[in-house]
Amino acid sequence: MTTKGYVRKDGRKNDELRSPIKAEVGVIPNADGSAMFQIGKTIAIAAVYGPKKMHPQHSQDPEKGTLRCTYNMNSFSVEERIKPGPSRRSTEISKITEWALEPTLMLDKFPNMVVDVHINIIQADAGTRCAGINAASMALAHAGIPMRDMVSSISVGKIDKSLVLDLDKYEDSEFDEGEGSTDIPVSITHSGEITHLQLDGKISKEQLMEVIEMAKKACNEIYEIQKKALKEALK
Amino acid sequence: MEEHKRNLVIPGEIITEGDNYLPGEGTEKRGKKIVALRYGLAEEINKLVKVIPLSGVYQPRRGNVVIGKVNLLTFNGWVIDIGTAENAFLPLTETPRFVPKDRLDEVMEIGDIAVVKIFGINGRGIDLTIKSRGLGRIDEGLIFKINPNKVPRVIGKEGSMIKIIKDYTNCNITVGQNGFIWIKGDKIEDELFAKEAIEFVTEKSFMEGLTDKMDGWFESKGAVKRESKRYDEKSEEEWGGENDN
Amino acid sequence: MSGEEIEVTPKVTEERIRKYLEQGKRFDGRELDGFRKLTIEKGISKNAEGSVRVKLGKTDVIVGVKMDVGTPYPDSPDKGNLMVTAELLPLSSSRIELGPPKFDAIEIGRVIDRGIRESKIIELEKLCIKEGEKVWTVFIDIYSLNDDGNLIDAAGIGAVAALKIAKIPKYDEKEEKVIYSERDKSIPLRKISPFAITIHKIGNNLIVDPTKEEEDVSETRITIGSSEGIIHSMQKGGSTPLKTEEISNAIDLVEKIWKELFKKVEEQLK
Repeated sequence: MTTKGYVRKDGRKNDELRSPIKAEVGVIPNADGSAMFQIGKTIAIAAVYGPKKMHPQHSQDPEKGTLRCTYNMNSFSVEERIKPGPSRRSTEISKITEWALEPTLMLDKFPNMVVDVHINIIQADAGTRCAGINAASMALAHAGIPMRDMVSSISVGKIDKSLVLDLDKYEDSEFDEGEGSTDIPVSITHSGEITHLQLDGKISKEQLMEVIEMAKKACNEIYEIQKKALKEALK
Repeated sequence: MEEHKRNLVIPGEIITEGDNYLPGEGTEKRGKKIVALRYGLAEEINKLVKVIPLSGVYQPRRGNVVIGKVNLLTFNGWVIDIGTAENAFLPLTETPRFVPKDRLDEVMEIGDIAVVKIFGINGRGIDLTIKSRGLGRIDEGLIFKINPNKVPRVIGKEGSMIKIIKDYTNCNITVGQNGFIWIKGDKIEDELFAKEAIEFVTEKSFMEGLTDKMDGWFESKGAVKRESKRYDEKSEEEWGGENDN
Repeated sequence: MSGEEIEVTPKVTEERIRKYLEQGKRFDGRELDGFRKLTIEKGISKNAEGSVRVKLGKTDVIVGVKMDVGTPYPDSPDKGNLMVTAELLPLSSSRIELGPPKFDAIEIGRVIDRGIRESKIIELEKLCIKEGEKVWTVFIDIYSLNDDGNLIDAAGIGAVAALKIAKIPKYDEKEEKVIYSERDKSIPLRKISPFAITIHKIGNNLIVDPTKEEEDVSETRITIGSSEGIIHSMQKGGSTPLKTEEISNAIDLVEKIWKELFKKVEEQLK
């Protein structure tokens, strides 16, 4: 592991996830399935409605159901208020989320129908899209959607020359020394398939492959937390 | 894996492993592993492994008695929303008495709620009937919805649970397989009490021996059991019926 | 289903609700003037200057206060600004469509805005940094998480609660920058609690804090923003008319409920 001298502000090891990590299902009574996922100071809620009839009719797919995701950050989830409403960023993340989750869903069982997943970020400290995907995967399972596997998501990256796991806001957007910061959100199914990968920064192939292994290991940890939340839903 | 043992599984989780196991509903076989495809209780009986879902929309089955809302009148019947994405249609040929084509709205109008039975499911949608006893428009009563996956628990083995609730609350109760429940009693207090009992059962649905505990629960609420005059053993429709496909 | 499915409470249930109300009963056993269980969770979102999560029965809203420095309005050069918005998140109900805010969200925002503004709970004159040039703006943003009726009242409680616990960030006048990481003083507030309380009319009965089903059946409603018997704002919604007597009864009901709410909220905010 390349750990060239970067000391994290919160004292974490380079391959350590933030804490606390909390997960809970059933947080939105109206939804068919719902979940909350928190990692460090980032908190996301996801609610699933469906499968249900898709409108407008011309959007229906006779071969399989459609997954529709929306991602929204609350205005006060960040330090500098975001004007309420969709943005280009939230539209992009909505699509990324769909792509991250769809491979695990057995949508061919629901032709002409839609499964809506709505993600809301209550508090943001980087890694929001990953937290959203973690919450969404739990919510989909909770809603009883037939799925081949769970999806877990985390950001990995590089801070100057050091490879790190789970970047916080400072590391993601403020760190600016040496080689700067590279942010790599990844989503992986429990059986190890990568369904989502983005990268912003500067990294070599070797480092990237190494950091993906770090992500896989972390996603296994996150999976255990997601599993526990689903299993504890029955009291 | 012990026979009849049930444990909670999540999608992608390996339930058991071995050549002899067969993948049933909610599972698939990957190599030698039986993997869950749903969130629910894994159950193995005689090497057949399946997952009983805890959640998810109602899956319609032929023979199910359900409660739905009339959404539309067409020239030859009623389109009824029973909580499925497929269209459910009641043709006017499936009513107990002849209905002329221009009098559809006298039988049922948009917004009416009815107890209906699924007599067929095909590519076009779900076909309904109201020909049997206990089916038809609901004129009055308390209607609410529970998780359709909990319906078997509320009905109980051969209707045992719902019978207890009826006896203690003196209400007519119809449990739709789609999770909608219709309660009608002489007094409002009775109706609310029956609703409370049903909600209690859905909350505690995982408890062992819940049916036996219900006498205690009712007594603690000051209720008195009386053989419900309304309960007719022959009327399967009253408690929503079982699957008969 | 062919066509649009409009999810509305069915007629049979509507009749049942009315019948129960005639006998002073509701489906959840409450009195006609009973509020559901209220819980307020403070500090749900740490990047907000103040935030709360309000649960009224199953209805769930979060409200956050954010502040920023900007220019004052020309007709009030020495006063801070207030802006209240509400978003009905698709999360919160299967009935909500995607797209720009529909009327319901806009109305909630405006009703709560009026209630807060007209009550003058925020001492806006004390939010002036440099007259005519720099003032604080207080943003109150309301989000629904679960809609089981009566979002307005839940939002109103949340707005008042969030204001009371919020802390103003530091403003660096030289750098002309807001330093959010340093918050110390509370927002200058008058010691009032201008909750919005909505009264609904169903048949001949007036009820409060309706569940979604009851809201569907409600013929008309009137939201009254008040504090300690002083009325600051009113909004009648829906097209059924109200008799003068009903309005008078509604006001009395609101005063009674305000007292109970005030106690409960103070307790939760301790």
